[in-house]
Amino acid sequence: MESKTRLDVNGQLTIKDLPYFIHWNPDKCTRCGQCTSVCPNQAIEPAVFVSRLVSSEGSLPMPATVRTTYHGIRQVTDIEHYCVGCGMCALVCPNGAIYPEYNPANKFLINQNRGGAPLKRGGRRNDPNTSTLDKLKFTRISMLTDPALDAGRHEFHIRTLLGRNISPDQLPLTVKDDDLCLDETVFVPPVREIFPIRIGGMSFGALSPNMWEGLAMGVAYLNEVEKIPVVMCTGEGGMPTRLLKSRFLKYFILQIASGYFGWDEIIHAIPHMKEDPAAIEIKYGQGAKPGDGGLLMAFKVLDLIAKVRGIPMKIDLASPPTHQTKYSIEEAVAKMIISMSMAFGFRVPVYPKISGTKTALAVLNNLARNPFAGALTIDGEDGGTGAAYNVSMDKMGHPIASNLRDCYLNLVKIGKQNELPIFAAGGVGKTGNLAANAAALIMLGASGVDCGKYIMQAAAGCLGDEQNRCNLCNVGRCPKGITTQNPRLYRRLDPDLVAERVVDVFKAADTELKKIFAPMGRSTQLPIGMSDGLSVSDRQIAERLQIDYAC
Amino acid sequence: MCRLSAIISDEYFSPMENIMALETMKEGHDGSGLGLILRNLGGAFEELKENPILSGICSKESIPILDEFMVKLGFRTKHLWTPKISLKKGMSIKKRDFYFARAYEYPDWAQDADQQTKENLLLKTRLEIRNMGLADDTMYVFSFWPDMITLKEVGDPLEVGEFFGLDQKPLLAKTILAQGRQNTNYAINLYACHPFFIQGNGTMTNGENTAFVPIREFLTGRGIPGYVGYRSDSEVFVHILHYIRHELKFPLKYYKDVIMPLFDREMGERSDRKAIELLKRVLRPLTIDGPNCIIGFDQSGTIFMTQDSKKLRPGVVGGVPGKYALMSEVCGLDAAVPDRDTSKDVFPMKYDLVMVDEEVKEIKVWNQKHGSMSTVN
Repeated sequence: MESKTRLDVNGQLTIKDLPYFIHWNPDKCTRCGQCTSVCPNQAIEPAVFVSRLVSSEGSLPMPATVRTTYHGIRQVTDIEHYCVGCGMCALVCPNGAIYPEYNPANKFLINQNRGGAPLKRGGRRNDPNTSTLDKLKFTRISMLTDPALDAGRHEFHIRTLLGRNISPDQLPLTVKDDDLCLDETVFVPPVREIFPIRIGGMSFGALSPNMWEGLAMGVAYLNEVEKIPVVMCTGEGGMPTRLLKSRFLKYFILQIASGYFGWDEIIHAIPHMKEDPAAIEIKYGQGAKPGDGGLLMAFKVLDLIAKVRGIPMKIDLASPPTHQTKYSIEEAVAKMIISMSMAFGFRVPVYPKISGTKTALAVLNNLARNPFAGALTIDGEDGGTGAAYNVSMDKMGHPIASNLRDCYLNLVKIGKQNELPIFAAGGVGKTGNLAANAAALIMLGASGVDCGKYIMQAAAGCLGDEQNRCNLCNVGRCPKGITTQNPRLYRRLDPDLVAERVVDVFKAADTELKKIFAPMGRSTQLPIGMSDGLSVSDRQIAERLQIDYAC
Repeated sequence: MCRLSAIISDEYFSPMENIMALETMKEGHDGSGLGLILRNLGGAFEELKENPILSGICSKESIPILDEFMVKLGFRTKHLWTPKISLKKGMSIKKRDFYFARAYEYPDWAQDADQQTKENLLLKTRLEIRNMGLADDTMYVFSFWPDMITLKEVGDPLEVGEFFGLDQKPLLAKTILAQGRQNTNYAINLYACHPFFIQGNGTMTNGENTAFVPIREFLTGRGIPGYVGYRSDSEVFVHILHYIRHELKFPLKYYKDVIMPLFDREMGERSDRKAIELLKRVLRPLTIDGPNCIIGFDQSGTIFMTQDSKKLRPGVVGGVPGKYALMSEVCGLDAAVPDRDTSKDVFPMKYDLVMVDEEVKEIKVWNQKHGSMSTVN
């Protein structure tokens, strides 16, 4: 018989191994149980504790020790139920009795591969260091030789072009009686004028119906009421059929990815579309998990999603890492771009999205030679995802700044920087500097940027951060109701409030962009490639990006 | 700030008229340099209208190098003009060895060549000479074109005019552009001094070009050998003009639609709306964003002034049939054409491109928004 006092702890973890500590104050706690019921990972549980109490009764001190029990909250040390640090317990606690604290000495990654399965999660790269984008400053301030503009009074045109522009020597213009006449029989590729910050691809499936609806309402309001032409990408997975057939379709970029999810519905809706979509994005890669396909785990494939995507419920939807038809960029990608263009009568810009990579230049050069390629989106390593392997998120991928800059300068070299717009994504607004990051990327050569994580945080209070906070997007237990298909969770999210915040975000970004461009004397055109306006206090970054060093 | 002075006349006049106009506007410039372009030349050059004239400055050592180079190419000197230098006491000008404007015969093989071949030969030759002198600043060449001379030097404009002896023995011309300031936003360099010229088109500018870098990068990607230099952010204005007029062969009024395009909502009155919408999109990187006042001439000889919507730089056009002036300030206009009806002076507004052609009979005002041309005479 084994001794009761043996201290074998094989395979058990201590609280110090976990990424977050739970601080619980028994004096403040009312034992209401809200924290345990809201915890998305069952990381805290009710427990019974023993307390030693010394007391004295009577007129003379006669201390006596009694042991009593009391109920309280205990942090679970089971690795499956680690505290994710979301802080929902603190949010719901009526008495401020509980909160999590990050443990920088945690051994989480060392232990999180039980059963031989590496850690999968949602979120972003866990790197809290200052990004290159946040290091860039705008230093060409107009003074005396060129008075600065008034951001509040001057008229600004903060717009960009999405779609292929023809070369000036292909302009179908002839001179007649000193006027230029357009030969309308010549095909000119479609181009959209949009706000330079887009909402990047987050799928209907990865996002909850309430989140998706809130974003969509916000985007529609921005366009129709505020006259800010913000567009939003659907991500892979299509969109509700009623929206496909609505006049609002023009505010959406339809994404087709390697699983083609949602495209059965889209193809069938084409004859009934009242408007063309803003564009078609062919996703070949994603910055957060380069070389990996999309992943919607079975937890999230419930009724509505199964219908829109045309698949059975509750199965893992893993898109292949690459399009099965893609065997060469010269042929297959070109064909796909042409096929998608043809499906929409050559009225809709079609462009690929790739993850940041050293091979981006090869892709770019091929697209530059393809007159139907409408743009290129490059998604850097700081992009987010609903589900991926931790190793992909943390260790794979290319930072966006130098990748974009190389591509832009290559377009400059071949004189096509206005013909093939580059959109940059991945870490835009990572620390809240949405407009500044966008402006910096634009001045490095981007025609516009995508944001995803920023909008989830700003519009719906996503709890994720660069210290692995929450990141439960993949398992459908998002405690804010943003990335879940569980009605009990997503009803926590009010779509109207999401829409309001989306509008707040873009109106504020519009003003901030003006506050950046006005002192630099730019108002008429977006300062794409105006790299003389940027500086950085890091010589190596300055050299790599071919911008000024300032200190 | 720069001050600009351009005069067009149906009779030959001296560049001292431009310089005296600059002198009246002296409070507005720092007197740091003078650039002159003279076209439609009189005097000895009147008989040499077809002969390309090389304008530049050489060190003593590089004179034979230049001569040898030109001879090797087959160019034969037809006429040489050099200024009668007058370096008076108190002048701050640093005299260089050899200022010249030399008219050449085309090489034999090019005598009967088509216009484009000749134009490309002149551009190529000018660029080669420019490159020969770049390393040690021993050779500057500003223009190589028929019926046109360029003079540039650092110093007070009036002093520079006297230094070149223009007050004593003037060169004569019917169109003269003068700019009264060296480029001070960047390093002082003769190649940074306005007016700038390329293949029949010239411009000078007041104001800083905030969109300089993207414009320069777009121009250098066009594959046109003359789009080099850029010691001044204003040099792009002449290259844009050249691109519109010489390369794309669009009418001059579209220069305005390229560098200062209308907002889409403003295009409704234009009968060529679809054309300018596309033009704006395709040439988007050439939008200048100002604040600039640009004076220039195109390959047809029409002289013009335009300003961007910020209109933070002064400009006025006025005159009488036979002589018009495009000036930064009214005092300059008063100096150049005093006996005019001042009520007919034109102050270009943000939609205007003001032009005077070589007939010198009237001022034409092209209103970009309304798509209408009005005349003042």
